[in-house]
Amino acid sequence: MKKTFFIKGMHCASCVYTNEKALKAISGVKDAVVNLATNKATVESSGQILEEDISHAVKGVGYEAIFDKQSASAEATADKEKQKELTQLKVKSLTSLFLGLLIVWGSFPGIMNFAPVFLKDFYLQFILSSIVQFWAGWQFYQATIPALKNRLANMDTLVALGTTVAYVYSVLVVFFPAIFKSAGVEAMPYFDVSAIIIALILLGRYLEAKAKAGTSEAIKKLIGLQAKTARVIRAGKEFDVAIEDVKIGDVVRVRPGEKIPVDGMIIEGESSIDESMVTGESMPVDKKKGDKVIGATINKSGSFLLKAEKIGRDTMLAHIIQLVEEAQASKAPIQRLVDIISSYFVPAVIILAVGTFTGWYVFGPTPVFIHAMLNAIAVLIIACPCAMGLATPTAIMVGTGRGAEIGVLIKDAASLETAHKIKTVIFDKTGTLTKGKPAVTDVTKFSIFNFQFSKEEMLKMAASVEKNSEHPLGEAIVKKAESEKLYLIKVNKFKSITGKGVEGIVDGKKVYVGKLLKQEPDPEGEKLKNEGKTVVYVYVEDKLAGLIAIADTIKETARETISILSKMKIETYMITGDNKQTAQAIGKQLGIKKENVLAEVLPQDKEKKVRELKNDDKNIVAFAGDGINDAPALAAAHVGVAMGSGTDVAIEASSITLVNKDLRSVVRAIELSRKTMRTIRMNLFWAFFYNIILIPVAMMGKINPIFASGAMALSSISVVTNSLFLKKQKI
Amino acid sequence: MDKILVAIGGIISSFFVYWYFFMKKEQTVEASESIDILVEGGYKPSTISIPYGKTTRINFLRKDGNSCLEDVVLADFKIRKSLPMNEKVTIEVTPDKKGDFDFTCGMGMFHGKLIVK
Repeated sequence: MKKTFFIKGMHCASCVYTNEKALKAISGVKDAVVNLATNKATVESSGQILEEDISHAVKGVGYEAIFDKQSASAEATADKEKQKELTQLKVKSLTSLFLGLLIVWGSFPGIMNFAPVFLKDFYLQFILSSIVQFWAGWQFYQATIPALKNRLANMDTLVALGTTVAYVYSVLVVFFPAIFKSAGVEAMPYFDVSAIIIALILLGRYLEAKAKAGTSEAIKKLIGLQAKTARVIRAGKEFDVAIEDVKIGDVVRVRPGEKIPVDGMIIEGESSIDESMVTGESMPVDKKKGDKVIGATINKSGSFLLKAEKIGRDTMLAHIIQLVEEAQASKAPIQRLVDIISSYFVPAVIILAVGTFTGWYVFGPTPVFIHAMLNAIAVLIIACPCAMGLATPTAIMVGTGRGAEIGVLIKDAASLETAHKIKTVIFDKTGTLTKGKPAVTDVTKFSIFNFQFSKEEMLKMAASVEKNSEHPLGEAIVKKAESEKLYLIKVNKFKSITGKGVEGIVDGKKVYVGKLLKQEPDPEGEKLKNEGKTVVYVYVEDKLAGLIAIADTIKETARETISILSKMKIETYMITGDNKQTAQAIGKQLGIKKENVLAEVLPQDKEKKVRELKNDDKNIVAFAGDGINDAPALAAAHVGVAMGSGTDVAIEASSITLVNKDLRSVVRAIELSRKTMRTIRMNLFWAFFYNIILIPVAMMGKINPIFASGAMALSSISVVTNSLFLKKQKI
Repeated sequence: MDKILVAIGGIISSFFVYWYFFMKKEQTVEASESIDILVEGGYKPSTISIPYGKTTRINFLRKDGNSCLEDVVLADFKIRKSLPMNEKVTIEVTPDKKGDFDFTCGMGMFHGKLIVK
């Protein structure tokens, strides 16, 4: 039995997990699948499950189950509420700006001469500024009062304090002017100060909130990638089902232009697939029967059938979303210091403002009270803890999100921070620098023997014999013959000679493929061996006819990657189990220094080598491997980079996971880290510099409180905007 | 005369501010299976002791419109959750290490602490 309903209140991948766990715990429930993108949940049970039980389970973990389809759209209300808040903020800030400007017009020396008389009226100014103070500015009190009760102070405390002082002073001036006159102070209100400060800070907050929404876009985009439905074939019938109803083992049809719904394997048909949204690789990939496809990627050309292998939160996309979410929630080590400073910041500013007031009152020029008050307000208002608080998290959010777009998944903020200091990258050879599959690179027929056949025919004979062997080198020869469209011939009397090679009768001729049968001069073979290739010889009728060289081919992008890294002043190493000669030859082709080729390293010793290089404290070491058996080395390195893998083990052990197999992504990951860190440093510099310079300037009485509020609003907006620039940078 | 009074007042106020905000004693609240935290001008309670190796459910309820408190971040557990107004949001933590772990608002202005024993 199956039941589908909606869950309200989910915000992230971990919500999915929590709900699934709670639902599965209900007795009788066999399976539960929760989908974050659609907010739908499906439970499967042996018998009837009561809605109350479901409601209870979901409520118990802090969410709400909705069975009525209409109210399910309630989920969208959260977004609407947020939107409403934004609109309110906009209305409040613009209204108070308008009212504030009217007050300025009526009271600011110079321009007030051109103002209509009614605007100069203190009582009107009182009414206008009261609207700003208690309608638009109410939120500052709302945030300040409960915080003060907890003996905490924040940004809002500063604004509330500053504007209240200006407002209360002005009210007293308007209603009890005699007191001030008797003290020899001109009875002049400062309603413009309180109103404009509130207006500008609200406006800043509105712009900041809008910009901040852009920093978390990446997750929304990723969630939006998911397909909503799938076309399954069950019992010979083909029909559309909701994505959460797809089961492992289901056969799914994907038509041209459609999104692939789940991870699986193609069992019929072939197509070209655009995987850019997941891997960041812009070129479509050709896939055929037996190839794996990733859910959320787009089928470009052909139609095919796939067998669903991973669904729900086990899919690659779900893993990516979770990883990005976790990374965005983590804290960069650089932020720890900021946290400590910001927790002392606001009370410290209040003390400085008290000091400013006292200093100006005791030592300042007359009228002492006015100077003391305005300068103390300027100190309260100019201080901007928000810029400090926003500096690191916004850059991390945008940086990790940007990473996901280009197929670079970063485990946490700490990894992102370490990666920019990388001095050494150790590459695992097989599967990382090379394709990991041996391929024929050279076919040579010796001309000294005047055989009556061509080079192709020799290859054909060798491939025909090798077709019967299961050796990987043999496979490479057969593949080469097939790629050249050579038809293989039936072989008689096939024989495998252990440790030597294989032989058989082809077209009535005895053909042997393998090691040299007797010592004979072989300059051609030696040359190829020096290039790191494996050479097999072909004998026809017991005479040496030619040779075939086989090598693990280097990835197209490997050389370029090594050269870019060396330009970035990053040392590159290659680590391999191959013998020295082969390893050196490949290292040379790649442009890796001779002394940096680590050959004959057993898999279990890779980790030891990484640790050796880490011994130098200044050397930040990255290890790039394909992740399957490299887990210890990946974990031992400062930064483990798992290539082209979505396996849990690799993600767990590595700091950075590259979804695609393009080696240049290693460079991109380092670039991303460098750019993100640069943004963070710029943000922090700006935030600290701003406060360190401007607070003393305000204390010295050089800043008008109105200017202070403008500067403070600009400061936090500029930090968020600077983080958003990361999105636009070329990486 | 008034200058002396203001000077004395200023010094006293500065000490008061220091005492009020920095000399506050945190009371640790023990949580067993679950605990409710009210998010209003900070976290109430803000210092919570939770058992090691067991899952504790922390229920946040935000009643404060301050945008700072919109998100709660448990960085050591890699959890960041948005807290919609007046809605209970549950976070499950199963600590696998002992020690003090801070949780903060999205901008790191408000702090709370989880003590894992």
